[in-house]
Amino acid sequence: MRQSKGIEKERSFIMALQIMKERNTGKINTVTIGATQEQGGTRTSVVTVGGDTALPFLQFEGNFPNQPVIAMEVQSRVPEQWNEIVKEPFADVLSDPAAWAKKCVEDYGAQLIYLKLSGADPDLENYTTKQCVKIVKDVLAAVGVPLIVVGCGNDEKDNQVMPAVAEAAAGENLLLGVAGKDNYKSIVAAAMVHHHNVIALTPCDINICKQLNILITEMGLGLDRIIIDPGAGALGYGIEYTYSILERERLGALQGDSMLSTPVIASVGYEAWRAKEANAPENEFPSFGKQAERGILWEAMTATALLQGGIHIIVMRHPEAINLAQKNIAELMAPQAI
Amino acid sequence: MILIGEKVNGMFKVIGKAVAEWDPRPIQDMAKQQETAGAHYLDINTGPKAEDQVKTLKWMSEVVQEVTDLPLCLDCTNLDAVEAALKILKHPGMINSCKCEQNEIDRLFPLAVEHQAAIIGLCMNNKGVPKSAEDRAAFAMELVANADAYGLPFEDLYLDPIALPVNVAQEHAVEVLETIRQIKTLSNPAPRTVIGLSNVSQRTPHRPIINRTFAIMAMAAGLDSAILDVLDEPLVDAIATARLIMNKDIYCDSYQKVFRQHSI
Repeated sequence: MRQSKGIEKERSFIMALQIMKERNTGKINTVTIGATQEQGGTRTSVVTVGGDTALPFLQFEGNFPNQPVIAMEVQSRVPEQWNEIVKEPFADVLSDPAAWAKKCVEDYGAQLIYLKLSGADPDLENYTTKQCVKIVKDVLAAVGVPLIVVGCGNDEKDNQVMPAVAEAAAGENLLLGVAGKDNYKSIVAAAMVHHHNVIALTPCDINICKQLNILITEMGLGLDRIIIDPGAGALGYGIEYTYSILERERLGALQGDSMLSTPVIASVGYEAWRAKEANAPENEFPSFGKQAERGILWEAMTATALLQGGIHIIVMRHPEAINLAQKNIAELMAPQAI
Repeated sequence: MILIGEKVNGMFKVIGKAVAEWDPRPIQDMAKQQETAGAHYLDINTGPKAEDQVKTLKWMSEVVQEVTDLPLCLDCTNLDAVEAALKILKHPGMINSCKCEQNEIDRLFPLAVEHQAAIIGLCMNNKGVPKSAEDRAAFAMELVANADAYGLPFEDLYLDPIALPVNVAQEHAVEVLETIRQIKTLSNPAPRTVIGLSNVSQRTPHRPIINRTFAIMAMAAGLDSAILDVLDEPLVDAIATARLIMNKDIYCDSYQKVFRQHSI
């Protein structure tokens, strides 16, 4: 008798705990990348991101119809500067972007390929527009997953290459990059004409990020075709700036600011593997521990921290880091009963 | 800042005539204009001349809902008319308004809860508008206590400290600002605040500048919404700017345009 009274008391205490739920009026847009045959493309799968109606992974107060995805990075030239640990899983395919992409999909389960046309750089191989288009077509033929295609970073060259890529891949519903504040018109125009999506990149500045979305939509490209890149910083190298901008953006979106409601992409692999801590050999820095593990964790930790800020597409390199991030996403997306 | 467009009101000539002739077009045009200008709610008022308030308010609500998805703010002292119009709203609206009189509260608060409508509570009773902030806040507290008793979410209670014309009731304005500050401390989450902005400039030859100035001062005191002339572009620009300065919206060069596209 006494015991059951105790339980009752406990139960009434539990009943009195009220879960605080934020009522949000806005939500993150959804963006779809890729098109199947019925949709006018040749992809065997498509990827949709966004649709979140609450802070990242707070499933008890919102909906998360699409989980964050990882895009594996492929370059159009051998990335000599990459750390040996990152090159090793792709050692046999680094000089062939199509085979590289195929390996990412078949061996490592990539849902998206991020193809960087680095070889177009006038200071490197200086591939012609025609060569770049061929590389994109070869990758499209080699894999069935949707593609993200970005230029080499030289505005003048990218303005020649990307419209040609957009035209050659018309119907594939690519995600094209990158549109910046001072150079967005030609890529946005190409995306509009050939029905692709666009990455809007701003270097860690939410005000310019918002303004760039406005400028792009004023050209006529729908908000549902824009993904923003906040210019991520890696762990130890400015990640907290990115994190707070992501949070601010998410809060703005949830409060109804449509110009901040675009999903987010982040170049985690590039940023993480630029860090000294990811690359420094153990014999030079014994207190850092083993370089291979450290580098992989540097990439995985950068990804997981930014996931908490609300990124939707994570561009990554190392298969083991990707595994860790995927496991983390699966756990975060598991339904939580509150 | 929630903008409640004031123009679908029988007191205005064009609308008054449309109401008298049962002509939906001018009413619908005004609704659309206010939506484009950035209104979040549309105030619907039959004006004093409508013979059958129940029928007229319902008809006005119907014709406005034919052309816009914006929620409506039912502005009528006839409680039967408000109740009838609430029943045909497509989106949860707002009741405008309820004085701090227990019989009104007992009728309107349950209706608001039933229809998930917001409700404007006036910081006054049948005796009129109090002069001091303290007396206004006392009415506000009574309305908050009733919201709690009736299960009306505090965010759905919009307390109106009653702004009066500055030319004839000058000493009230500063009391209104102080009341807004006090209202925001009454509960957690706090009740919302609203004013009938255009009131403050009634019968003065300087209406736009008085409205704008008071709007911004009231926002700094914690004002959440206003019934106002949303077609007054400089007024909306000033409100958008005040929100930036208070760090409520994220800055961008086109912020005035973005503010007008905000949903609530």
